[in-house]
Amino acid sequence: MTQQQVLQEYLLRLADSDMILGQRLSELTGKAPAVEEELAVMNVALDLVGQARNWYEYAAELIDDGRDADKLVFLRDAHDYRNLLMVEQPNDDYAVTMARQFFFDVWHYFTMKSLVNASDERVANIAAKAVKEATYHLRRSSEWVKRMGDGTEESHRRIQDAFNLLWRFTGELVTPDEIDHAMFKAGIGPDPEQLKQDWFGMVREVAAQATLTTGEEDAWMYMGGKRGEHTEHLGHILAVMQFLPRAYPDATTW
Amino acid sequence: MNEREPSSVDVLIASDRVPSNAHPELLTEDAIWALLDNVKDPEVPAVSVVELGIVRSLSWDGKHLSVDVTPTYSGCPATELIEELIEEALRAAGIRDPQINRVLTPAWTTDWITGEGREKLRAFGIAPPQGSASKMSLLGADEVIACPLCGSENSERLSEFGSTACKALYRCLDCREPFDYFKCI
Repeated sequence: MTQQQVLQEYLLRLADSDMILGQRLSELTGKAPAVEEELAVMNVALDLVGQARNWYEYAAELIDDGRDADKLVFLRDAHDYRNLLMVEQPNDDYAVTMARQFFFDVWHYFTMKSLVNASDERVANIAAKAVKEATYHLRRSSEWVKRMGDGTEESHRRIQDAFNLLWRFTGELVTPDEIDHAMFKAGIGPDPEQLKQDWFGMVREVAAQATLTTGEEDAWMYMGGKRGEHTEHLGHILAVMQFLPRAYPDATTW
Repeated sequence: MNEREPSSVDVLIASDRVPSNAHPELLTEDAIWALLDNVKDPEVPAVSVVELGIVRSLSWDGKHLSVDVTPTYSGCPATELIEELIEEALRAAGIRDPQINRVLTPAWTTDWITGEGREKLRAFGIAPPQGSASKMSLLGADEVIACPLCGSENSERLSEFGSTACKALYRCLDCREPFDYFKCI
């Protein structure tokens, strides 16, 4: 792989994780447990889709095969998607939705914070915008984890169950592969070791305040999303998300 | 009888012309700033795009005007609309083919909202951002937000997010009115 191909791959990972989580959260439109939560979830989704567009636009320029951001989103199949497995997991109950958000937000926050200093100027610029939004998201999701964990017996049970359910997807957030190592060497991506420390540090701190227990760092983990090997859920997301543009290709007005 | 009625084509051509009263070469940068100060934010019409600090800079390159605009949030759905409104205002003033550039860096911050803009927000019923964005802490204590209606600082946050990406939802505990707070980022 050339250096540029590595960067393209890395950009698609960032874009796809933002996009798929944005789409997942959008499923709660009209169904969130309270109107304030509805507003919050939609706003987070909006931020994520906006960030995804910024990454896709850069990726599309580098790939340079005539595809724009829309085509990358709507005309790739599951095996071409590079998102983390965590973000494609179903919304389930609100404890699962918020636990998933929290695990992602911690990863997202530290990743964006590091990318602000990327040697690639375009990456640094997009991250500078995104890190402000990621900070706000993390503040909210960590508050929810604490409220539920240190709340009632029922809320504690549910968020603990959610932590247990999703723990198997956390390894992928902090386990680097050759692309992550190459991006770090190029002065773009975060230091994988640092990211791992930061992620576990914050997750354990918030979990302790929330009276929750976390799994082992070396527990068996599901991975593969970054290589295009997904859980069964991604295909269903894409079926909904891509139906219209695939049924009416090149339509410009919906 | 066969005389051609004025058709829509004539109108089109006529409207295509630069208005005869326009002297774009006479428009100074100050005049253009003043012009853009009349372009309101479509989601917060109390303030202009200049007062919000999203028009970053403008410059003449020969006969071409170039305007740098920055989005408030990555996913702000008003971004394209704001760019179109700015272009429309410039064309209406007789400026041909203004170039609108979307710039991401440095990232927009609420610190750029002008003093006048903050006052207009308050008068509109939206509490302006408190303090400086650089002081925003990740997990810090809640800020004290004054109610834009009665001025009381006895308020509580109802939701981190409000009706648009840039706002949070608060409630005054004295006059009991709910209000929007322009989030500090």
